[in-house]
Amino acid sequence: MRDDPSMSQTEPPFALEIRGLTKRFDRPAVDGLDLRIHAGEFYTLLGPNGAGKTTTLRMVAGLLQPDSGSISVFGIDALAEATAAKQIMAWLSDEPMIYDKLTPLEYLEFVAGLWGVDAALAEARARDLIAWLGLEPHGHERCEAFSKGMRQKVALAGALVHEPRLIILDEPLTGLDAGSARQVKTVLRERVCAGCTVIMTTHILEVAERMADRIGVIAGGRLIAQGTLEELRRQAGKSGSLEDTFLTLVAQERVA
Amino acid sequence: MTRSGSLAWFARHELRLAWRDWVYMLTAGERRRRRTVVIALVIFALFMHLVAYATVAAYAGAARDPDRLTLVVVTGSALLSWALMLSQAMESVTRAFYARADLDLILSSPIRARRLFAVRIAAMALAIALMGTFLAAPFIDVLAALGGWRWLGAYGVVAAMGIAAAALAVALTVALFRTIGPRRTRLIAQVVAAVIGAAFVIGLQVAAILSYGTLSRIAVLQSATVLAHAPDGGSILWWPARAALGDGADLAAVGAISLALLAAAIAVFAPRFGEHAIAAAGVAATVTRQRSRGGFRGASPRRALRRKEWTLLRRDPWLLSQTLMQLLYLLPPALLLWRSFGEGTHSLALLVPVLVMAAGQLAGGLAWLAISGEDAPDLVSSAPVSARDLLRAKIEAVMGGIAIVFVPFALALALISPFDALVAALGIAAAAASATAIQLWFRVQARRSHFRRRQTSSRVATFAEAFSSIAWAATGALAASGSWFAVLPGLFALGVVAFARLISPAKA
Repeated sequence: MRDDPSMSQTEPPFALEIRGLTKRFDRPAVDGLDLRIHAGEFYTLLGPNGAGKTTTLRMVAGLLQPDSGSISVFGIDALAEATAAKQIMAWLSDEPMIYDKLTPLEYLEFVAGLWGVDAALAEARARDLIAWLGLEPHGHERCEAFSKGMRQKVALAGALVHEPRLIILDEPLTGLDAGSARQVKTVLRERVCAGCTVIMTTHILEVAERMADRIGVIAGGRLIAQGTLEELRRQAGKSGSLEDTFLTLVAQERVA
Repeated sequence: MTRSGSLAWFARHELRLAWRDWVYMLTAGERRRRRTVVIALVIFALFMHLVAYATVAAYAGAARDPDRLTLVVVTGSALLSWALMLSQAMESVTRAFYARADLDLILSSPIRARRLFAVRIAAMALAIALMGTFLAAPFIDVLAALGGWRWLGAYGVVAAMGIAAAALAVALTVALFRTIGPRRTRLIAQVVAAVIGAAFVIGLQVAAILSYGTLSRIAVLQSATVLAHAPDGGSILWWPARAALGDGADLAAVGAISLALLAAAIAVFAPRFGEHAIAAAGVAATVTRQRSRGGFRGASPRRALRRKEWTLLRRDPWLLSQTLMQLLYLLPPALLLWRSFGEGTHSLALLVPVLVMAAGQLAGGLAWLAISGEDAPDLVSSAPVSARDLLRAKIEAVMGGIAIVFVPFALALALISPFDALVAALGIAAAAASATAIQLWFRVQARRSHFRRRQTSSRVATFAEAFSSIAWAATGALAASGSWFAVLPGLFALGVVAFARLISPAKA
């Protein structure tokens, strides 16, 4: 377990604590999942397609109601006190959902309004984020003509403008060019350095290998392994790249 | 087997897609619903035949060699229908340019795309003709049953009108493309289509108001002035009317002219269709800069949501035109209102149902946009705002839009007749609230750009919205005329809303 110097004595130890989380559609999508993520951690969730990663994170973000189980965000019961939990969280999906007819600055103004951020403070943060993400020349252009990378950056700025303590990202690098992907990774890393907790799903194992403090592997709706890359290698009983380790762990789970 | 890339091959491909689209539209993809759909269609057809009997039975005995009055009324009614067909055809052609669907695949393949576009233009003509025939069928059937087989020629006239409308729509839309470019054509074509659809109806109503102080269109067609200026019986203008009344030679002429128009449209425009579709694809890449309006404005979540809804609507001319188009029909009532300032209040009761009906329809469209047409659902759902507050803000946005449009009407009405204004205000509120509630209970997450499909996503919601608006309009009309019978359609409207609530997914 990592020590987090930014945590006060009264602060709960976990940014996210999930117990016995279950969600069924036609078949169990998430099957009694237990997961604990420390405050200030960069945690990456890996798993094959249909493993239950997105379903889990959507339940954490309050976008899906679980069948059973509990979710706690910095000690707040996210199911009983959804609004309080959402106040300190941000969610970003792989498909950037923004409004075509708004400019990036107007979009950020809207997001700040939803989270109740003071207008002057929100504007200063929005301008910083726009500059930081290289969107300054496009700040007053409507988003309708933006490329996927630019839209993803606008959505990311929206996730950061209210300074959440927990950022949840579902495949945020899908479809981004190398430059945009690097910018997004840099921004996320800096947020973690500033004490923010980031949980991210990705299929790009190299990103998980290089960025994550800990990696969780999920299959069949359950957490089958978690830890640093070294710890995962030990669990898999195999040295080599994360790709080898991941494929071995998933194959072992299928056999079991 | 047909050869790949041939006209017949494309025709088979298009027919298969159209058939599956049509079946899906009726059954929402559920095989079990097919029987229900067939039963519903039979009931609908029977009901429409009853309506047709009540409307046209008196005309079934019209002579094969009709007088000028009959020719004017039949031709005027045909022109009304044709304007609507032309409007519908322009919408279809515009959609064909801008919907990407399979165009990228076809245009990047080595086959001759002109053949596909030839088939598509023909398919559009067929669809318009079939739709017109389907809607006219009950009226023609009743006329044929009561007045003889000769009336069946009207089927041919309706089909010919549909084909001619499609041919002209292709020419008009391509002309717009060439004159104002692909960026503006989408919006302008939609507006032109709506204006064409409404113009003839509105024009007749305006003439009726100015001449007779009534909203009745037939009053103008039957007027001595129109009859005096109508051409004599041998004019080409009467061919469609004569064909509908059973003249075989005129029917053949009308059919031949419409097919010739379609053939010309295909020959001239099919080769260019691909170029226009490619030009339309480049529209989205155009950058639009907004003027900076100073710093951020502070707002509560509800206010931020309301402001967002209104900004998005204001900046999307296509959506704005789609939602506000029905307000064109408010022009004649506005004129009647203006005229009544100087001439008393005797016909003001006519305004109430028109206002109430328009409010219900507008509220339904706005409510769909605000509640179902959310382009960033995850963002809004993950915000620290309760679901109740979210919905409240969106309903406030809808009601605000309704108030902006209808309060001026109610105030103007109040100056002349406070009682009518009160009835209209209550009716508008009831119709708007009912339509909004129905959209709320039947909400389905969708992109705003799918606004046109809202009526096929839930037919129950569409019919419930329409029936409640009609019933509230009837309530308003009867209440304004001081009749206690107003209670009956009012109860029916409440029943429709209650039934919608009962079977809605929200309740389930």
